[in-house]
Amino acid sequence: MAKRIDVKDLNIYYGDFHAVKDVTMTIEPRSVTAFIGPSGCGKSTVLRTLNRMHEIIPGAYVKGTVEMGGKDLYSKDTDPVDVRRRVGMVFQRPNPFPTMSIRENVLAGLRLNSKRLSKSAADELVESSLRGANLWQEVKDRLDRPGSGLSGGQQQRLCIARAIAVQPEVILMDEPCSALDPISTLAIEDLINELKEEYTVVIVTHNMQQAARVSDRTAFFNLEATGLPGELVEMNDTRIIFSNPHKTATEDYISGRFG
Amino acid sequence: MSTQALRRRRLDDIEGVELNPVRASSNRAFQVLAALAVIAAAVLRLAGVNLALAAVGSYLAFVVLVHLVYRVRNGGRVAADKTAKAVLYGTFIVAIVPLVSLLGTVIASGGATAVNPDYLLTSMRGVTGVHDRATVEEGAPLIGGAYHAIIGTLIITGLAALISVPIGLFTAVFLVEYRSKGRLATAIRFLVDVMTGIPSIVAGLFAFALWAVLFGVGTKNGFSGAVALSVLMIPTVVRSAEEMLRIVPNELREAALALGVPKWRTIVRVVLPTAASGLAAGVTLAIARVVGETAPLLVAVGVTQGINVNPGDGPMNTLAVYAYNLFKYPRNPGYPDPSLDRAWAAAFLLILVVVLLNLSARLIARFFAPKTTG
Ligand SMILES: Nc1ncnc2c1ncn2[C@@H]1O[C@H](COP(=O)(O)OP(=O)(O)OP(=O)(O)O)[C@@H](O)[C@H]1O
Ligand SMILES: [Mg+2]
Repeated sequence: MAKRIDVKDLNIYYGDFHAVKDVTMTIEPRSVTAFIGPSGCGKSTVLRTLNRMHEIIPGAYVKGTVEMGGKDLYSKDTDPVDVRRRVGMVFQRPNPFPTMSIRENVLAGLRLNSKRLSKSAADELVESSLRGANLWQEVKDRLDRPGSGLSGGQQQRLCIARAIAVQPEVILMDEPCSALDPISTLAIEDLINELKEEYTVVIVTHNMQQAARVSDRTAFFNLEATGLPGELVEMNDTRIIFSNPHKTATEDYISGRFG
Repeated sequence: MSTQALRRRRLDDIEGVELNPVRASSNRAFQVLAALAVIAAAVLRLAGVNLALAAVGSYLAFVVLVHLVYRVRNGGRVAADKTAKAVLYGTFIVAIVPLVSLLGTVIASGGATAVNPDYLLTSMRGVTGVHDRATVEEGAPLIGGAYHAIIGTLIITGLAALISVPIGLFTAVFLVEYRSKGRLATAIRFLVDVMTGIPSIVAGLFAFALWAVLFGVGTKNGFSGAVALSVLMIPTVVRSAEEMLRIVPNELREAALALGVPKWRTIVRVVLPTAASGLAAGVTLAIARVVGETAPLLVAVGVTQGINVNPGDGPMNTLAVYAYNLFKYPRNPGYPDPSLDRAWAAAFLLILVVVLLNLSARLIARFFAPKTTG
């Protein structure tokens, strides 16, 4: 199910503003890839091009190709809605649907898309997705309560459950732990480790230890100066990036000698 | 070096910074002064001073005294606070007096007639000055009611809502979700703003003229009235709905889109339900705004004395027009009281409808509101 992603010569724009230039990288299936880099260098921007969420911003567009399993996500005959069904996303701030219960939140992706969903199938999916997000034990007795009544960490895991309920091939996470306490963070890191058995995971993080702990490969983005586009400096096995990076910029950044 | 020196300086040492000292204050003097002001007003009134003059005079004295007392006792900051409070109370009373007085008058003059089942369930067909004279001179029961006007109000306002709510909602969705910037959106917003300011009689004339073109000069019916009311309602619906859709957090749209939900479905299933409470409240208030319109309906719908439930066929009556008519043309000019009673009762019913609409707006809002506990 997990697919490999090949990004080639990707240039990303917000209207006139050239945000990211010339990114070429490969994201391996069934692995965790971390994006690190200073604020504003374009990590979120690159991440959002991987499921075509970038283009919903008025005026935003990309040049270049993103191939998933050999198929170009940006070709004319690819529907962005279809891309988003296959590439799920978890946002920085937990965003459960406030009008829906926990159960409905998990089922949202299916309910909003499918014509029919039997009760038994729904029950099964709710349980398996919540178990997959390590949330089942905490919420199994209150599935009909509103999702916004959970704690921040629980809400974030609910959003992960919602994302995996549609069984995508890739899961993108934009700083999923930045609003969470250390314990919830650990829970989510464990979860990411489990998710990579089945999915391709890409995670943006500002936390070096987190990148080192959870990821197999790490991409370091940087920008030379404000106003210039961000770029991919170096991408390699996480072990190598953190022990023996090839570029001095990477070394400066991960050792905290930056700016 | 110099920035370090700057950072070290304490606020007290920097020239040009002076903080107000904070001293605890109580409300006691404020309350005492307010009581004194009320007493003073009453005394002045009894002494023969005009009521308005007595009230305004003692109020002004009250504000000045509050300021002086607190200035001396607690300093400038507290004095400003209490003076502002005194002014706020004053304006609040000024705002509330006409409202209470109006409600009181309408209830007193029309309440009794309005709850009479005969009044609620009969029309004015066949009611003549003879009946009114009998009512006044012989104490016969009041004949003739507002049934036809109630029906007409419900039908015409209902039709107007049916026309304006979809148009208004779709326009708002277009403005917020599809084209929030650009020339078209600016033009639409400008036109909606202009429409908000249209005098209601112009809306009535518009409907009248439209019907004259479509169905012949002088055609008056319920649909025409509904169109006139829609012209007044659509801009209110667009504006309130736009506001409500705009405050739906973008994160929810992105969350739905990222699940592979098409845009239209995201709007229908996520954005609209999230905004539902505000939308419902906005629509209800827009209805409340037009339910009491008189002039446009007089022009577009005309008047009738009997029950007409077919908005496609000739004049109908509505509560506001009914009240206006009976006030202006009493059934029996020699004995106007029964007609005035009916008009007051119609006014009472109208206010009741508006109050009920407002209450239901709140209930609907609460019903749809996103739940956080549960
Ligand atoms: N909606 C937008 N419109 C215009 N420019 C944007 C928009 N979003 C981001 N940018 C710009 O694109 C550049 C990259 O932003 P991006 O959000 O990808 O950075 P980031 O690496 O994710 O930073 P952070 O670590 O702070 O999240 C920045 O210069 C930013 O100002
Ligand atoms: Mg970011």
